[in-house]
Amino acid sequence: MKLKILSGSLIVLALLGGILFAADHIDAPAVTGPGNTSPANDITDIYAFQSPTDNGKMVFVLNTQGLLAPAATGATQFASNVMYEINIDNTGDNVEDLVIQCLVQNGKMRVYGPVAVTMPGTTSMVNTSGPVTEVSVTSYNAGSPVAATNSNGISVFAGPRDDPFFFDLARFKEIIAGTQTGFRNPAVDAFAGTNVMSIVIEVPKTLLGSATTINVWGETKSR
Amino acid sequence: MLQRNRLTLMLAVAAVAILTACDKDDDPVDNFDISGTYSQNDQMARPAINTVFVGSARKNEFNTTVPSAMDAAFNAQFQSVLTGFGYTSNALGMDKATFAGALVTDVLNVKMNGTTTFFDGTNVLTGRALADDVIDTELLLIFGGPMGTANPGLTTDNVDSNDKAFLSSFPFLASPH
Repeated sequence: MKLKILSGSLIVLALLGGILFAADHIDAPAVTGPGNTSPANDITDIYAFQSPTDNGKMVFVLNTQGLLAPAATGATQFASNVMYEINIDNTGDNVEDLVIQCLVQNGKMRVYGPVAVTMPGTTSMVNTSGPVTEVSVTSYNAGSPVAATNSNGISVFAGPRDDPFFFDLARFKEIIAGTQTGFRNPAVDAFAGTNVMSIVIEVPKTLLGSATTINVWGETKSR
Repeated sequence: MLQRNRLTLMLAVAAVAILTACDKDDDPVDNFDISGTYSQNDQMARPAINTVFVGSARKNEFNTTVPSAMDAAFNAQFQSVLTGFGYTSNALGMDKATFAGALVTDVLNVKMNGTTTFFDGTNVLTGRALADDVIDTELLLIFGGPMGTANPGLTTDNVDSNDKAFLSSFPFLASPH
């Protein structure tokens, strides 16, 4: 009975929220809907964790363009008019103090920062006054990932990867639609076998300020 | 004359060699186009927040609202969605207003020293690692009630890990399918 009430609530949610998807895959009409011209803007997930290989470094992952089938991955590219940006607040006010800005042009990614922000907000220009790191975009057919590390100890990668996100999305949608009342076991991971266009940046913690906790979010911006 | 030509040729060869050396240098001095002003299209931090808590009419707006302004703009909507879920409290002891307030400012809190994870049974919201089962964490906090035991059919999706093993070294994500 309780579940029945809940599933009724979920139907209300479905009406409130429109069609529900996943982590942030295809989350809003401007990045995925009709008339959208740049799916490269769609962020699927962001990750931030201490480097498994170096306690003195932090890793940021910004994934975009989710649910790529293997057959479609080789032809998928980062957009040359998009800035992929990691925002970092290290003063606890949820306003970015540092950014890491990534541009991809002609098969190469250039990473600017971390660099102090002069004008926070929803518009940005490239800030070239911090560290700059460049790497070739790893192609779909590459035998191993291409990474580059600059003299500041910043490592960068750009290219297609397996989507690390996992979720029984189809069942969740059935629950939302009211045709099921709970998850199933065994489940089906809707993201198994799919790829994303991924940017990975490893940064020495010393370049991120002295706060004990930082707040992090990812953005895509276009010109 | 022959000598002079040879000298010119040698200089030219030397110049090409220098140019080649410059080109090989990792110092990025070539013509990357960094002009223009970039305007925001998408943003995210915690998984599924915009997806679950923001109504379709305002999803674009959420993606272009700076995190410091999200609470004022979206707190009421988050609370109404939690009401729709029958939410009262969760395993973190958060009442509806507190939980909505914690969710609505969509940033990842990341601890600079020690374990970085969405939730590992001990640490809560100290980062997000690749293997973290973030959906189960969110389902448990939304549907699990104060003891985490309510609605057992809705607090795990029964997908507990990725379909491919992660790499032990940079860039850590698995190769594409």
